[in-house]
Parts: sequence; C-alpha cells; structure tokens
Amino acid sequence: MNELPLLSALVAVPLIGAVAVASIRRENAEAARWTALAASGLVAVIAALVAIGFDYSPDAPWLQFTESYAWVGAWDLNLSWGIDGIALLMVLLTAGLTPIAMLAAWRDLDSVKRSVPAFFALILALEAAMLATFLASNVLLFYFFFEAMLVPMYFLIGSYGTGPKKQYAAVKFFLYSLLGGLLMLVAVIALWVNNGGVFDWQTLVDAEPMAAGTLQDWLFIGFFIAFAIKAPFFPFHTWLPDAGGAAPAAAAALLVGVMDKIGTFAILRYCIPLFPDATQRFAPWVIAMSVIGVLYAAFVAIGQTDLKRLVAYTSIAHFGFIGLGIFAFTQEAAIGAVLYMFNHGLATGLLFMVVGFLTIRRGSAQIADYGGAAKTLPILAGVFLFAGLASLSLPGTAPFISEFLVLLGAFNGTFGGNEPVAVLATLGIILAAAYVIWMYQRTMQGTRNPVLDEMPAMKRDLTVREKALVAPLVVAILVFGFFPQPLIDAAQPAVDNTLLFISGSPEDLPAAEGVTNE
Amino acid sequence: MNEAQQAGLQIDWAGLAPMIIVFVAAFGGLLVEAAVPKARRLVVQVALAVLTLAAAFAAVILNAGKNSAAFEIEGVGIGSVVLDGPGLFLQGTLAVLALIAVLLLAERRTTKGGDFVAEAAVVADSAADKAQRREDGATEIFPLTLFAVGGMMMFVTAGDLLTMFVALEMLSLPLYLLCGLAKRRRLISQEAALKYFLLGAFASAFYVYGMAMLFGFAGTVDLAGINRAGVESGQPRLFLYIGVAMIAVALLFKAAAVPFHMWTPDVYTGAPTPVTALMAACVKVAAFGGLLRVFNVGLSSSAWDWHLILTVIAVATMLGGAIFAVTQRNIKRLLAYSSIANAGYLLIGVIALGDAVGQTMFYLAAYGFTVIAAFAVVSLVRDGDEEATHLARWAGLGKNSPGTAVVFTILMLALAGLPFTSGFSAKFNLFAAALQADEVGLVIVGVVSSAILAFPYLRVVVLLWLNEPAPDAPTVNLPSPMAGTVVAAGVAATILLGIVPGFLLDLVDQASTFLNT
Repeated sequence: MNELPLLSALVAVPLIGAVAVASIRRENAEAARWTALAASGLVAVIAALVAIGFDYSPDAPWLQFTESYAWVGAWDLNLSWGIDGIALLMVLLTAGLTPIAMLAAWRDLDSVKRSVPAFFALILALEAAMLATFLASNVLLFYFFFEAMLVPMYFLIGSYGTGPKKQYAAVKFFLYSLLGGLLMLVAVIALWVNNGGVFDWQTLVDAEPMAAGTLQDWLFIGFFIAFAIKAPFFPFHTWLPDAGGAAPAAAAALLVGVMDKIGTFAILRYCIPLFPDATQRFAPWVIAMSVIGVLYAAFVAIGQTDLKRLVAYTSIAHFGFIGLGIFAFTQEAAIGAVLYMFNHGLATGLLFMVVGFLTIRRGSAQIADYGGAAKTLPILAGVFLFAGLASLSLPGTAPFISEFLVLLGAFNGTFGGNEPVAVLATLGIILAAAYVIWMYQRTMQGTRNPVLDEMPAMKRDLTVREKALVAPLVVAILVFGFFPQPLIDAAQPAVDNTLLFISGSPEDLPAAEGVTNE
Repeated sequence: MNEAQQAGLQIDWAGLAPMIIVFVAAFGGLLVEAAVPKARRLVVQVALAVLTLAAAFAAVILNAGKNSAAFEIEGVGIGSVVLDGPGLFLQGTLAVLALIAVLLLAERRTTKGGDFVAEAAVVADSAADKAQRREDGATEIFPLTLFAVGGMMMFVTAGDLLTMFVALEMLSLPLYLLCGLAKRRRLISQEAALKYFLLGAFASAFYVYGMAMLFGFAGTVDLAGINRAGVESGQPRLFLYIGVAMIAVALLFKAAAVPFHMWTPDVYTGAPTPVTALMAACVKVAAFGGLLRVFNVGLSSSAWDWHLILTVIAVATMLGGAIFAVTQRNIKRLLAYSSIANAGYLLIGVIALGDAVGQTMFYLAAYGFTVIAAFAVVSLVRDGDEEATHLARWAGLGKNSPGTAVVFTILMLALAGLPFTSGFSAKFNLFAAALQADEVGLVIVGVVSSAILAFPYLRVVVLLWLNEPAPDAPTVNLPSPMAGTVVAAGVAATILLGIVPGFLLDLVDQASTFLNT
C-alpha cells in the first residue's frame, strides 16, 4: 500500500480534473458536472485508501505515506508530502465534503448566465489546494498552496456569489488573506534564513528547537496572524461574515467547513512544533481572544437578519472553542479541538447546504422573508433543525463530544487559572442554543408568511438528489456522536507528538522556571 | 601602428562583440532607411533588429564565465568596460527583453500602419501632422531602439563613471525621441517626450556634477578606484557625499524612484505603448544594473554614508508607488505606479549590496517579462483605433475575450506576487537576500507595500471578470504573430519562472560577483 504515491495522487487528481473540466466547452455543462464529480469521487476513494492503510498505533511515525520529489533545490523547496492523524481527518473531511458540495450546487447555475465548467473547475482547484496544505511537509510548499487557494475561492465568491456585496466580499476576503499571507511570508523567509536554509518540516522538527527569544516571538506572530485570519479568530474575523454571506452555498460550505480549518490545522502543525516557547508565551492572549470570540460572535449571531451571515458568525464562535482547545495544552482539549475541526466541518457544512436549499427556493437569505416554512417543507425543516442542533452541540451529535472535551481539557489545564475561562466559554453553549433555536423559530415555525404560499418552489420539499447528499452528513454526525472513538484514535498520536513540544521540555514551563534557577 | 598598441593595449574584441553587433546594426538600419524602398523597409528593419539582438545574445553567451576588463594595458585592466558575471547576465537579459519588445514595436495589425509617426516635432493636429498620421508608420524606430539597447548594454558593463555617462546618454536620447512618436494622442505623446527629455537632461547634469565631485574626492573616475579612495582618500568627505548624492539622483531618476519618479506616469501614458513596454522592462534592467555596479563596486566602502538616505528613498518608493497605484483609473498609469513600487523593491536589493546582487538580477528578469506582456495586452485592447486605457472600459472583458482576460489575470497575479508565478519567486528571493543582510525593516515595508499594491491589481481582475461589459465595450484586436509572440513569451516566462525557477536561480547565483569587489 505504502509504495503507491497516494498523497501525490490526492493533489494531482483534482488538479488534473480542474484542468480537464475547465477545458470543456461552456455549452457542454452536463459533461463538466459529471467529470468534476468523477474526479472528486476518485479523490474520496483515494482518501479512503489512505485511511485504511494508515497506521493508527501510538508508536507509528508522525508523518506517514511520506513522499518527496526535488523541485527547487536553491530554496530547499521539495514536493514533500506526509500525513498524520490530524491531517488524515482533515483530508477525509475535504474529500467527503467536496463531492457533496458539488451535488448541492448541481443545478444552481441553470438560472444564471455563468459558465458551469468554470465553476466546477474552480471547486476542484480549490480542493487540490486545500488537500495540498494538509499534506505538505515542507513549509514553503505549504505556503504556496496556502496562498494559491485564495484565487479559486476569490472567483467562487466574486463571480458565482449572491447578493449585492459579492464583489466587496470577494475583494475583502482576498486582501485580508493576502495580508496575513505576506506577513507569514516574512516569517517564513526569516525562519529559512535563521536555520540555514531548511524548509523541510521533518528536518525542522527533528532539529534542536529554536532558541527562545525575540526572534521566535516574531516568527510565531507572523505565522499566527496568517492562521488567525484564515481560521478566523476574533478580532481577525470580519471578512468571514461577508464572504460566507456572499459565497454560493456550496462554496460557503467548503469555505467554512474546510478552508477555515487550515488556520487551526496549521497552528497545530507549524506554530507549536516550530515555536514552542513563543506559543506558550502567547497562549494566555490567544485564549483570551478565543473566549471573547466565543461570546462576541454568539451575541452578534443572535442579532443577524441574514441566514448565511448568521451561520458564518456561529462558525466564528466555534473557532473560539477550537482556539481554546489548542492553547489549553492538555491532551483532552487538543483532541477535542481536532475533533471539533472535523465535526464542525460536518455540522456547518450541512447547515450551509440546507440554508442553500432554502435560499435558492425562496430567492432570499433574509430571515424576515420566511416564517412558518416548515408547513410545506417538513423534511427540509427537519434537516435544518438537525443541523442547527448539531451545531449547538446537542448530546448525541458529534460536535457534543468535541465541545465537551475542549471544555473539560480547558478546565483541567496545566497552567491553572483556566477554570474561569472554561466557565465563560460554557456560556457560549447557552448562547448557541439561543441563536439556533431562534433562527429555526423565525424561519420555520410561527405565523406563516403569506408570500411563501405564492411561491411554487417553497412547496417542493427536498428532492432525491438533495436527500441523497444530506444523508451521509446526517449519518456521520450521528455515528460520530455515539462512536467518536475512531476519530480519537486517529487524532491522538499526532496530538501527543505535538504536545510533547510543550510538555516535553518541562524546564521551559513558566511554573518550573524558578526550580531550575535555584 | 598607433600609440595605444605600442603601449601594449589589448582589446577583448569577443567581449565587446555584443555591443559592436548592436551598434553596427543600428547604423546599418539607418542605411536601410536610405536604401530600401518604403514598402519593404518594415520587413528588412524588423528582420535586421531581431537577428541583431539574437546575435548579440549569442555573443553574450559565448562570453559566459569571463571576469575581466575588456581593455588591458600590459595585462592590467583599465575599467572602462568590465565583463563580469552581473554585466554579462544583464546584457543577456537586455538582449532577450529587447528582442521581445522589438516584436511589439513591429505590430501593425492592431493599428493600420503601426503605432508610430515619422516626425515627432510636427505641430500636433496641424495639416502636416494629419497627413503623416495617414501614412504608414515610421521604421526609424528600429535603429533608434537598437541604439538605445546598445547604450543599455554598455551601461551595465561600464566600469568607470565616464563610460557610464556616455552610455547613459546613448540609451536616453533615442528613448526621448521614441516617446514622441505616438500616432494617436499626439499632444500627450509630445508632452511625454519633452518632459522626459527635460527631466532627463536635468538628471544628466546632476550626474556630471556628481562625477566631478567624486573625481575631486578620489582622483579617478574608475569605480574600483573610487571605492579604494572611500577608505584611503585624505580629501574632505563632503566631496564624496555630494558626489554620491548627485550620481544617485541621476540613476534613481532613470530607475523611477520616489521622489524622482514624477515623469514616470506621464511618460508611460504618453509614449506609444510598445515604447512604454521597452522602457518598463529594459530601462529598468539597465538602470538597476548601473545602480548595482556603482554601489557595489564604487561605493561599498562608504556604505555607512549613504545607507540611511537610500533606505528612506526605498521606503518612500515602495509606499508611494503602491499608494498612488490604488487611486489610478488608467491602466497605463496603474502599471507606471506599479513600476515605481517595483523600483522600491529592487532598491532593497541595491541596499543589501553583495548578498543580493543575484537576487536583484533575477527580479529584473522576471519583472521584465511580465511587464512587457502586460503592456502588450494593453496595446491589444482597443476602442476603435485607440487603445482603451481607461480602466472602466475594461469592464467585462472576461465575457467578450476570455483568453485575453485569462492572460492579463495571470500577469496581474504575478505582479501581486502570488505563488506559482515569477512574481513570487522574485519577491521571495529578494526578500530572503535582504533578510540575510539584516534589512528586516525594508522587507516588512516591502511586504506591506505588496499588500497595498495587490488591491489595484485585484481591482483590474474584478473589472475583467466580475463586471458586466458595456454595450460598446472595447474589442480585443487579434494580434498578428508579432504581438502574439510577445504575449506568449511573457506569460510563458512568468509561469516558468514561477514553477521551475531553478535554472535561472543557479545562473544568477554563478553570475552574482562583480569584478573588483
């Protein structure tokens, strides 16, 4: 199994697919759709093969399925791929969500005069870039795809988005991310200059850790701001509601479901192992940002009048939980954060898609345009409620496990003083219940908006295609809600390896400093 | 036998061959004007220019690896022309870029009879002017271009200030004239030529004055000698300061650095677009080639004296170019301000001295290809007979001419420095070298400036793809093989240097050491 270049294939297949689909003539929309779906289906199969061949034992090497091909020797830039448990979960999420998102947008473009092949080619290019960031084991290679993925997403929002502000949203998204990326570029170069020209991740991790001090602090900041914008953490979040609100539902599902996870994934993969001291130094600040994000975004979400913006704000709140989980530096919290990344992708992806089904029927994302919609759309309403409840982490759904682990881990944090943080963050659950239930109530229940009766589309419940593509997500959310163990098994070795950089050097811990100095 | 040979003067004719080829061909071009019938002149001139530049490039290749002065007296080099790694690399770059630019000059399908008139000085819109506009374009542009390119090749290999000055004039004078030859918008074109000429003459005066000061300080105009004097000379250091400042003013004027950039937007807009492409690519290479040599060979010993002021200029150039680019509504002006900002990034390479010579040269080559292709595209998008330079007119180009829009989008993303384009390779390289030279502040300003500059580029992309075309939207003239080759070559280089920069990186690495440093 290991001899097959599966990881290269994971990147190459969607990339080749994107080129192939882009070269299909515009009139031939049907062929473009099926080619794109076939390519993303093949990616899903390869991802499944990787998951089957993956060694889940704790003493397996950190990165598996490693491959490396020389590219630009002068920069130590190689096509190096490798996968750990965290990346595996993200790859599975990406590979699973992309075909579903394509199916969700299957017919959405029929009513607008936009090129169908270009749309699906952009989704495939996005998938390739996202997979490459999860699989790259070379810092510069990661950076390449981290930046490159902005281009397809920019066109997806700006060209295929909805609403009057789509161009504004696309440009804002691009510039925010680019600014973060360029700051990271300075840090990437400085890292390279400082360590004598090494970009290979494994070499960097195996080497003597970087000396604590100002340089490490600045490098951490350079990387972290880029990732915090990507995630996005409060206060770098303002692009997400615009982008999420304007993006077509399928792209929004990928944007929030997968692309934003790259930020948190990269904090685990790069910030902690490369800059362990700085990570600890800044942890209190990040935790404060996270908790503010949880509470602030939840409050703002309650006040939203637009469904897609509301879902985007809920995601910002959820990213606060993930940040809290990572920077609490306990095993439970970090595993919780990784699971959260995976489960949030499922739940929010589902939520965005259902919102997409709803808004394309009604032609509006304004909550006020609905009311009593459940009467004619019972199944859609049911899935909508389920997705909402999963998003607020109802026990029995997968996100519950992750949120519980994060809060538990934060409460037991080794640094002390995290109890109030955990208590505050718990308030976020109550607020989440408020915005989800209220959103559902205003759209689906209550007095029926008479306009809805005049719209034939609002009487057409989920089609077979729509049911077929929400079903796997619903099943996954339920299955992992009751049996999270496979996810934990996958994440744990990588999480332990990562946290070794924090706990494996006890003399660097603030609490122990006084002891060694004596 | 003349005196020089008796004194044992040895001349490296092979080393001088690229320049000799170009200059001889330029004179030959003038003869062609006189001897060949008008109908066949274009073909002959273009063929002559293309073959000349190709031959010059081949001659440069044959010189590869040289590291010596072209003139030696009894084995001791005299520094007027220096054939070393950077000099040869830049000569080669100039030959290739000029070759591409010549093809763009030769494009005739987009405007009937070409973009040029024969006489620059005829009063705009007078009867004579209208008459000459109906005629086929002038073919003197090709020998003029060859003279300018020959001057540039000399400029980047000049080892003393005097040779450099001759080269500076040689490259400038034909360009002043070329700027005034636009067939459309004659008045703006004449204004551009006059402005460029007056300010250029001013800069030349500064240069000569600075040269006198440095001669007074060092007792020589030889760059290596000036460098030694920076340590040894007992003359008042004030001479050095004034001299460096004056020379820097002249060179920074050519390089379009803030605050010596005022001419750039006007000249770039007024000049015929193919000439603008030539200036944006080749003049930038020549100017920075000269700056690199003067500061590395001549002034590295006095680095402490000029480091601060040059840093200030670099910061002002990066930020000024980027910020002004944001407000532009005309594509040529936008590219002009982007060229100013890029001059700022290149200045980082000059300031970082020896560590960054190769990286600066890589940047020059990468930027040159991209910018030529960008101006070539600009020359293809037309409102009737005129170029549609107002940005609003470009709205929705992606709908009507997706191929052109894709090409321009790639070029814009390259200028913005996105990975997988030459723009990224160039910036990464240059910033890495600057960080190695501890220029952290400059790199951070460079990054901030890049982020600001991304906004205008992105706005162009928005216009191309996300806006609806106007009913009377400009058409994209299908280029003849001439301009088509230019665009294809520029885009191919932009992508190749982004994806497989290795070979050029190795090359600049080998070619990064100046003689006498």
